[in-house]
Amino acid sequence: MNEQELHNEESIALQSGGLAMFAALVIQISSSTKTNDKLDALAEYFTLADDKDKVWVIAIFSGRRPKRIVSSTLLAEWCTALANIPSWLFLESYSTVGDLGETIALLLPDPVIKDGRGESLSYYLKKFIEIEKQDELVRKQFIIDSWQQMNHAERFVFNKLITGSFRIGVSQKIIVNALTKVVSLSSSVIAHRISGNWDPSTISFNNMLGDEVVDVDHSKPYPFYLAYALEDEPSSLGDPSEWQAEWKWDGIRGQMIKRNNELFVWSRGEELMTEKFPEYIILKDLLPDGIVLDGEIIPAENGKPLPFAALQTRIGRKNITKKQLTEAPISFFVYDLLEYNYEDWRERSLEERRNKMEEILQKINNNSIQLPPVIKFTQWDDLAELRKTSREMNSEGIMLKRKNSIYQVGRKRGDWWKWKIDALTIDCVMIYAQKGAGRRSNLYTAYTFAVKDGDQLIPFTRAYSGLTDKEFAQVDNFVKRNSLEKFGPVRTVKPELVFEIAFEGIAASNRHKSGVALRFPRMSRWRKDKKVDEINTLDDLKAMLNMYGK
Amino acid sequence: MNLINFTDKGLCCPQGDFYIDPWKPVDKAIITHAHSDHAYAGHKYYLCHHHTKPLLQLRLGDNNYESVEWGETITMNGVKVSLHPAGHIIGSSQIRVEYKGEVWVISGDYKTEDDGLSGKFEPIKCNTFITESTFGLPIYKWKPQQEIFENIINWISRNKENGKTSVLLAYSLGKAQRVLQHIKDTTQDIYVHGAIWNAHEALLNVGWNLPVVKRITPDTPKEALKGTVVIAPPSADSSPWMKKFHPYSVGVCSGWMQVRGNARRRNVDAGFALSDHADWEGLLQSIKATQAERVFVTHGFQSAFSRYLNEEGIAIAAEVKTEYGSEDEEAPKQEVDETKDEL
Ligand SMILES: [Zn+2]
Ligand SMILES: [Zn+2]
Repeated sequence: MNEQELHNEESIALQSGGLAMFAALVIQISSSTKTNDKLDALAEYFTLADDKDKVWVIAIFSGRRPKRIVSSTLLAEWCTALANIPSWLFLESYSTVGDLGETIALLLPDPVIKDGRGESLSYYLKKFIEIEKQDELVRKQFIIDSWQQMNHAERFVFNKLITGSFRIGVSQKIIVNALTKVVSLSSSVIAHRISGNWDPSTISFNNMLGDEVVDVDHSKPYPFYLAYALEDEPSSLGDPSEWQAEWKWDGIRGQMIKRNNELFVWSRGEELMTEKFPEYIILKDLLPDGIVLDGEIIPAENGKPLPFAALQTRIGRKNITKKQLTEAPISFFVYDLLEYNYEDWRERSLEERRNKMEEILQKINNNSIQLPPVIKFTQWDDLAELRKTSREMNSEGIMLKRKNSIYQVGRKRGDWWKWKIDALTIDCVMIYAQKGAGRRSNLYTAYTFAVKDGDQLIPFTRAYSGLTDKEFAQVDNFVKRNSLEKFGPVRTVKPELVFEIAFEGIAASNRHKSGVALRFPRMSRWRKDKKVDEINTLDDLKAMLNMYGK
Repeated sequence: MNLINFTDKGLCCPQGDFYIDPWKPVDKAIITHAHSDHAYAGHKYYLCHHHTKPLLQLRLGDNNYESVEWGETITMNGVKVSLHPAGHIIGSSQIRVEYKGEVWVISGDYKTEDDGLSGKFEPIKCNTFITESTFGLPIYKWKPQQEIFENIINWISRNKENGKTSVLLAYSLGKAQRVLQHIKDTTQDIYVHGAIWNAHEALLNVGWNLPVVKRITPDTPKEALKGTVVIAPPSADSSPWMKKFHPYSVGVCSGWMQVRGNARRRNVDAGFALSDHADWEGLLQSIKATQAERVFVTHGFQSAFSRYLNEEGIAIAAEVKTEYGSEDEEAPKQEVDETKDEL
């Protein structure tokens, strides 16, 4: 190690281990834009870190965040007092930074002990669990003591951890690939081992990723296979007889597992959702043992799916009321069979898997699970016609799967495609602008749009994609010349530019002034031919809500 | 009528019949510094510091310029005017205006840390102080510059080890010269973008002793750039001009890099929170040192900052809307070859 490296902040952090090393990793990963750099940083971490810390890193990066041990409000309060500033100034700072953990790290006075005490990541996470239920004063003391011995980077990750707001862009694929460099297992085995239900505070790195698995976890799901959007005409896929077409449903992608007479339902975000959907309880008795199904968690009445908005009334609720159960009954629409009779079926052809699914599902006659029929077609043109009816079916379009395809891991091109329907559109005017992200960060590219309501303009959605670079530059120029006011990063703009916004769905929302929330809005066209008085009205939006959102 | 009024052309001293950093053409303009949001074209007469003059010539061409030394007093219709170091960029000055015993000081842009080029900021006692507030929030707390330069130098040597060119994005007037002083020994050759080259040449011509740099031209061979340092204005970021440097790593030197989201949104590999503006503490201490009873707060976080000054009883403060803040670190605006970035 040469002298230069010794001076390097990050190297020092890496050598010292502990939370500082984790903070350095987080900063490297979140500031790098290239997958390879993220992978290298993670692999280096896995090489150098303590086994206990590694387990926690896998847990945190795969969404198994620790519970928050303090509310944001309290944390902000304590920081405001320590920084000796009025609380409005804290809020002003927060709105500029946009991230609570970082705002606090920036506002806290310098640490009392300069080089920290170098405690490990696992030390802190164990401590969190220990004090989670203790008195507020105990937690406050612990947090303030910790702050006073941490540098900026450590404070930042610590704040994210204690507020349970740790989100970082590391895909499962990157974690798995980084792990292949330090353990002697294949990537598909690693992917399977780190998914599912495990507790980072009890499992050891060896138990999880050693050559032999000590105990089997019956709840463990498989990694999902995801499709890319079809951009060309379907005829580019060749002979239609090689393809299976299905409706694409708009719910929560999930996996249903029954092993050892226990039932587990996972979301694609690896959240265990079994308890949330009492409709599924009966399937524990109806499904054969040793089975894993891929499918969509979706509200449906008599086999017909309801709009996504119905599902939203069920998500995030701890206690489900009778009313919700009757108004938004949940079903599981089966897409695929991954395990049967405790045997991994992913390498078999879709045709074989489909036949088996039909055989299994035929025996189960229950509203809470169903195998939607495949769409029969012989010509691509016929299928294109059928696709036009998607919205009436509450479907997002059509899935195309090669009949001989195996069930792969992650998002892959070639065998599975989603062929979505054209979006809904509305004309509106831009009223606020904010700078974009990535290579567009020096341009105003994130806009808020409004529709008319009498002589008022009602903001109803934000969008930041869909224009060409040239158009973005033109709009940016307009924003800079026509700013009316500036609120932090947001500019109020003269309502003049009209855009067509395309979106996938619409739902009622009482969090929005307009009363609606759009799904996946983006700018589909800059309507230079239209004036502000020609835009759509709030009533138009409500009419769309009635038609498609109920 | 006040000694200084806020008009739609800029800060105006009716008694002395002059403006300070006006944004519309006037007869007499006193210019705090050469950034384009403070020094506009079209005035009939410009008064500035000796060091600012060649920079104005570079940016605005030939004009009726008069330049003075810091501390030198000029009387304009009974109004005493003098310039004092603001520490922001080369030549940047505060303007002190005195009439019948009443003193106003207009800060222009300023920083309190001595960068070795711009002259050390000195607080001037006054009754009324007009301050900038670009970084007027307590989240802006600069690290000592020595520490930041060490980080930059380490970043460069790490890039060198990985066979990468270090592309440092720094404003062509001010930041580029400041950074150059500290990194001049990191590689054999330091290359610069044309915009920075022009400023560099203008300063060399009037006798500044600056490190040797090479200008990047279409003829510069790609191989010569490998592992070196390139200093470029922020507008060069992600432009085709950068292709030549592959493989490279981009570092941005700007106070906005204090907030991680800004570095992330800009997609840069490294952000260095090196600013030519005062941080929160710097602003507060400077204002206290002027002992001003009244403070007008201009470009930046003027409403939060003036509210704080009022609530804490530091001064009677009011916010003022100006056209400043669209140049250098402050906000975005296209100018010749240089885009400034707020984030
Ligand atoms: Zn400036
Ligand atoms: Zn300025």
